[in-house]
Amino acid sequence: MATKPKGSKKAPAKASKADMLKFYREMLLIRRFEEKAGQLYGMGKIAGFCHLYIGQEAVVTGVQACLKDGDQVITGYRDHGHMLACGMDPKGVMAELTGRVGGLSKGKGGSMHMFSKEKNFFGGHGIVGAQVPLGTGLAFANKYRGLDNVSVAYFGDGAANQGQVYEAFNMASLWKLPVIYVIENNMYAMGTSVERHASEVELFKRGISFEIEGEEVDGMDVLAVREAGEKAVKHAREGKGPYILEMKTYRYRGHSMSDPAKYRKREEVDDIRSHHDPIEGLKGQLIEQGHATEDDLKKIDNEIKAIVKEAADFSLESPEPEPDELWTDVLIEGEV
Amino acid sequence: MSVDILMPALSPTMEEGTLSKWLKKEGDAVKSGDIIAEIETDKATMEVEAVDEGVLARIVVPEGTEGVKVNAVIAVLSEDGETVSDAPRSAPEPKPEPSAPKETATPEGASEAPLARVVHDPSLPEGVSFTETTVRDALRDAMAEEMRRDERVFVMGEEVAQYQGAYKVTRELLQEFGERRVIDTPITEHGFAGLGVGAAFAGLRPVVEFMTFNFAMQAIDHIINSAAKTLYMSGGQMGCPIVFRGPNGAASRVGAQHSQDYSAWYGQIPGLKVIAPYDAADAKGLLKAAIRDPNPVVFLEHELLYGQSFPVPDVDDFILPIGKAAVKREGSDVTLVAHSRMVGFALQAAERLAEEGISAEVIDLRTLRPLDTATVVESVKKTNRLVCCEEGWRFFGVGAEIAATVVTEAFDFLDAPPVRVHQKDVPLPYAANLEALSLPNADDIAAAAKKVCEGGV
Repeated sequence: MATKPKGSKKAPAKASKADMLKFYREMLLIRRFEEKAGQLYGMGKIAGFCHLYIGQEAVVTGVQACLKDGDQVITGYRDHGHMLACGMDPKGVMAELTGRVGGLSKGKGGSMHMFSKEKNFFGGHGIVGAQVPLGTGLAFANKYRGLDNVSVAYFGDGAANQGQVYEAFNMASLWKLPVIYVIENNMYAMGTSVERHASEVELFKRGISFEIEGEEVDGMDVLAVREAGEKAVKHAREGKGPYILEMKTYRYRGHSMSDPAKYRKREEVDDIRSHHDPIEGLKGQLIEQGHATEDDLKKIDNEIKAIVKEAADFSLESPEPEPDELWTDVLIEGEV
Repeated sequence: MSVDILMPALSPTMEEGTLSKWLKKEGDAVKSGDIIAEIETDKATMEVEAVDEGVLARIVVPEGTEGVKVNAVIAVLSEDGETVSDAPRSAPEPKPEPSAPKETATPEGASEAPLARVVHDPSLPEGVSFTETTVRDALRDAMAEEMRRDERVFVMGEEVAQYQGAYKVTRELLQEFGERRVIDTPITEHGFAGLGVGAAFAGLRPVVEFMTFNFAMQAIDHIINSAAKTLYMSGGQMGCPIVFRGPNGAASRVGAQHSQDYSAWYGQIPGLKVIAPYDAADAKGLLKAAIRDPNPVVFLEHELLYGQSFPVPDVDDFILPIGKAAVKREGSDVTLVAHSRMVGFALQAAERLAEEGISAEVIDLRTLRPLDTATVVESVKKTNRLVCCEEGWRFFGVGAEIAATVVTEAFDFLDAPPVRVHQKDVPLPYAANLEALSLPNADDIAAAAKKVCEGGV
């Protein structure tokens, strides 16, 4: 269950009105985008595997708020939210989901495989855990070049059991690489609960034998995420090496669109939605602190809906790639 | 009674070495476990420990002697009461090792490699000189030159830095480029291959050494899923300029898990370039090209070629095109297609076939992906017969691909069905006789060539 971290006595994290409204807008964009993606999947417009991020929006939104230009991001296959949080065009993301030429990978990558050099988003990886050494390599490149940029590698509680994760932890700590490992613990590795797949369920401790500091964070509270993210990013940027953040979060939908989610009770999902929803939580704070009225937020909601509708329309209007595209982008051509 | 101290074999592939230093002198007492000498092999300097006790009666091979064969008597130890003068004055001839690879001692490199220059390197300046260079040093030189040229190039892998390379291929790179660019990794292939790919995504030019490609099976997910496919999956945005290199194929007497040829595995993957050179010049020119290439390159070396010397042209920045086969010997009766170490066997077979009046053309594929089928097809149109040689297994192999292509593109020119020479369809055995039976050699190629020549006309 995604509850507040045990023993957490921290005062609630604070933020400015502007930041709170920004986070609200960003989380809402991810939520509405994913709902639309789910809808298009149901209509047969999106195919294959499609892993929705609904419920986990606070994690990427809060962490991204800690990054600066040149910092890199990499994640697994539940990646739509990360791309939107990196500022990638919702139209390009949605058109990739529908397999159209207007997609960020010209329709050749799909839901799990999108990239943006411009936004320093390095995928979008379909192999569980692969992004961890890859993200460590991004950090290696920063250190090699003498830059103070950091990389963030997001992965789930399921990936946290992969051997390559620990190979990467070892090298990152040994070489003091500026990488933040964000474990998005949504409580289920596909259909297997953390208790059933992890001998040590407190995943933030997984770095202990590599001398990597870690902490548990309420991943349903965007301000708590941002606060923890600032600390982790500072640590890495100052050359102190990697840092682990275990985000206790929850996905409302199944593992993928084809998952009936029979491994958990409806009441469990409803309880989180009712009591721990990251967007509703922030909304409550905005109103409580007098930063916004219901009407103000309704206005934002309408703006977001328009953006998502535009993305959906584009994703259906954009043509499929030309047959010639089959043969392009296999290798970079040209004399060396 | 005296005991002969023999030149020890200090690695699976060592055949000779340099006796660099004696740490005991004649007349010294020696007990078991004492270090008596230092021997420099092609890979490393190693200490020799005494096994028996006694007095070092006579040093047969003085320090500084190069090319001391394994099993040659290097000193004589006398046991109790024996005087130095009792010891034999001259050493008996060492017995040849029955299992030692035979091609190493043949002068094929020196005599045959220049043919390739004449036939296929018209770009080389007239009258260019050549320097005899081992494949090992050619590879090292290629990396060093590219590292001098491009700050983004770095080398990482197990034992590449302080140890100077498990096979000494990275010798002295640490001294020149420092630990920032020559990086010892933990023994975690999956992890450091992935880390290298990430660094390549970020624009660096990693050269990732696998101690052998057998261990790269731990890392193959990153080679294929992360390195080879990402350009395509990103619609052309995310290139991966990385070289995965190391010895591939059979070494010598190291058993099944350390002796596999992965040519066909990597050759199948779109998004990779795959190179498997034979001689030192190709090793150098193609490794330099691989490091500069913007794509992921799998560079398959061969441990049993590392110590072999071939002429390398004395030109600045010697670089060869990826994807071009080389005719290493011209002929008119049969085409022998090979890559890596099998090229040496094919050249030996061609020599023997010539004595029997059969003129064999030897094609070194050099690159497996992209595969230069045009050169092979053109050759078969001339010779009308094809033998495909590879060290790996037959099923779904490189030879199968070559044969299928030739049958498709030059069917009417064939006078006989193509024949494949390959490793037997079993894991590689350890026993010397079984290992020799399992691996293809020059005799197998010559026999196959005779078969297609006799069977056809």
